[in-house]
Amino acid sequence: MKNRLKVLRAERDWTQAQLANELEVSRQTINAIEKGKFDPSLPLAFKAARLFDLSIEDIFEG
Amino acid sequence: MNKQTSVINRRDASTAKNATRLMIWALAWVLTTALAAFGPKVIWDFHTGLTILGVLINVGVGFGMIFATKRHLQRLDEMHQKIFRDAAVLSLGVGLVIASSYELLEDIQLITAQPEISHVIILMTLTFLVGMIAGHRKYR
Repeated sequence: MKNRLKVLRAERDWTQAQLANELEVSRQTINAIEKGKFDPSLPLAFKAARLFDLSIEDIFEG
Repeated sequence: MNKQTSVINRRDASTAKNATRLMIWALAWVLTTALAAFGPKVIWDFHTGLTILGVLINVGVGFGMIFATKRHLQRLDEMHQKIFRDAAVLSLGVGLVIASSYELLEDIQLITAQPEISHVIILMTLTFLVGMIAGHRKYR
């Protein structure tokens, strides 16, 4: 699944580790999501949307 | 940022602590299995009370290992839980299919040796390890 997580993270000058901390997952999981290798669960996608103050559709493409 | 880093480190440390605890339980289970298997022959000359005690300790430690595995799994994040579950499913599937065929080999007289459960346990352990490595490589 394509997503804008890396761009949004870069805009805020956050590291993968910082984003992982905010979303309460491991850094490896953030890396896999950014590369489109792992699709996050709906609760995790909602958490990311809340964190960036965006809708899920603004971050993740179907 | 330091605060955030320390939170991540605490989380990773907690996961590592649970993994170490699980490893200790697994090692204890292997040792108590060896004790229950060889103790009667080598140490206490088939004393019934000690043999029963050896088996009970082995089963008790086995359940401890199961709970430690559950606790470890709960501490993992969703991607690592998926990797663990996929490896466990692969291990269970391969174990079931190969164990039933292995048992059949003796029944239909293609092998003469009695099939050993330890061979199946070794196979399942190796399959689980392969599954874990493949899962980590897949999401790297």
